[in-house]
Amino acid sequence: MSIRRFALAAIAGLSLSAAVQAQTTLLNVSYDPTRELYSEFNTSFNKHWQARGHEAVTIQQSHGGSGKQARAVIDGLRADVVTLALAGDIDELNKLGKLIPEDWQSRLPQGSTPYTSTIVFLVRKGNPKAIKDWDDLVKPGVEVITPNPKTSGGARWNFLAAWAYAEQKYGSEAKAKEFTEQLYKNVPVLDTGARGSTITFVNNNIGDVLLAWENEAFLALKEEGGENFEIVAPSLSILAEPPVAVVDKNVDRKGTREVATAYLNYLYSAEGQRIAAKNFYRPRDAKVAAEFSKQFPDLKLVTIDKDFGGWKSAQPKFFNDGGVFDQIYQVQ
Amino acid sequence: MSRRTSPVIPGFGLTLGYTLVYLGLLVLIPLGAMFVHAAQLTWSDFWAIVSAPRVLAALKLSFGTAFVAALINGLIGTLLAWVLVRYRFSGRRIIDAMIDLPFALPTAVAGIALTALYAPSGLVGQFASDLGFKIAYTPLGITLALTFVTLPFVVRTVQPVLADIPREVEEAAACLGARPLQVFRHVLLPALLPAWLTGFALAFARGVGEYGSVIFIAGNMPMKTEILPLLIMVKLDQYDYTGATAIGVLMLVVSFVLLLLVNLLQRRIETP
Repeated sequence: MSIRRFALAAIAGLSLSAAVQAQTTLLNVSYDPTRELYSEFNTSFNKHWQARGHEAVTIQQSHGGSGKQARAVIDGLRADVVTLALAGDIDELNKLGKLIPEDWQSRLPQGSTPYTSTIVFLVRKGNPKAIKDWDDLVKPGVEVITPNPKTSGGARWNFLAAWAYAEQKYGSEAKAKEFTEQLYKNVPVLDTGARGSTITFVNNNIGDVLLAWENEAFLALKEEGGENFEIVAPSLSILAEPPVAVVDKNVDRKGTREVATAYLNYLYSAEGQRIAAKNFYRPRDAKVAAEFSKQFPDLKLVTIDKDFGGWKSAQPKFFNDGGVFDQIYQVQ
Repeated sequence: MSRRTSPVIPGFGLTLGYTLVYLGLLVLIPLGAMFVHAAQLTWSDFWAIVSAPRVLAALKLSFGTAFVAALINGLIGTLLAWVLVRYRFSGRRIIDAMIDLPFALPTAVAGIALTALYAPSGLVGQFASDLGFKIAYTPLGITLALTFVTLPFVVRTVQPVLADIPREVEEAAACLGARPLQVFRHVLLPALLPAWLTGFALAFARGVGEYGSVIFIAGNMPMKTEILPLLIMVKLDQYDYTGATAIGVLMLVVSFVLLLLVNLLQRRIETP
């Protein structure tokens, strides 16, 4: 008897709290450096959404390493949208979680990537080691700080940028491998994530150059102590494309497909693009890009799809067990 | 027929039931699930994963540094317990409370703070760097972080036992002509050893599994300063759940065997 009564009370309590939570909530699961971008974007989206006659939405953000975040969603975190560091991580939502269709990347413009970034160098004030380009990173006595590509999405872009430079300059894959081997010999610490590497370089004063997301590098300059650093743009880098996607299975269960789709589409609007640019992400929209053209150095950029055959071929070749990155450390 | 002597306090069935449910939900099911998941691998696949050079290097590093850290805490921790129990001085209670702080602090905070201090440009690290060696980003740094995190174990297990040994026992031994060292060797040590071993084993086990505080100070260089829990994270980041559980099972089995040995050793000491 008493158990049944308890169960009834529990059910009554649950439906009550459901009634209280009638307001729609949206969970955006993202990677580390987008914290500032999305807190500004969410406010703007809410205004836009209400102006079109809808109720306000509560938007929750979750940040962490890109791979870890993807695993959390696969393991049952009810994300409505994911905005991660690389397409490879969102691919796993399809492969392992069956949460989204295989063609997710073609559902939104520009390969579902509303903003991009690239990899630049952050050096100490006055550039004491005269670092100008990738060649300077393999010189003896230069210490390079970059996270471990096995655990960090950003570090994978770093690795591929170095590889692309060497391959174009020296003309062969074997030479590119030698070059990256040399480069990683100059790495004294491999942190697990981009923020960890920034702490090592900025706060602990280790190393001569930090390989960083362009937006992270700009952010570091803006923060306290930022005057102690300079950004150096190499002659060639990689177009880092952090994509976004609606998580179909979750939005259908929660009934939030409409608002989730509108949320991602708003990233492509002029206002969304401007917020991205203000937070140092490169906008896709040509007009907004022109407005902010002074902010971003002009670089030659290779892309993951054209130059590496997409993450589906780059990930196993370079970063999985026994891949190129592992081989670098097996030599020693 | 029944040999079970009925205890004075009733409720054996109920309490045992709770014990089993509790242990089952919290310990056995999660650990069992790991073994089940790892069982998807064939024996040779499992062997290939756990005998890879990088895994073996990490195994040696993780267990080696945890052992050394537990040993250091075994010595220093006993000393701390001794000072706290046997002497009265102002500030004793504050120091006593401080012992537990490493447990309360988030391990990542400890790791970042220790790295800032012991990095080559840090407050302490610069002296080491002047002397020509490095602390952070070497196995020495890992040992340091583990020593910090596992400090309370030996102190807290030895302290109450030490407090329970009456002063009179030592005095009696001294009256019978025992030299201080003999008192320590024949009176104190046998009484302390079982508790000390418990503290040592706890510190060791905790050190083997520690991730948060180590990851910032380790440097994470493959084959050199990569700990086993990091390799598990690396596997997970490749969505290789089975590979990750294989390393987890390896850690669990090695830890279990070592803890069992400590337990047996303890029993031999207690029942001579």
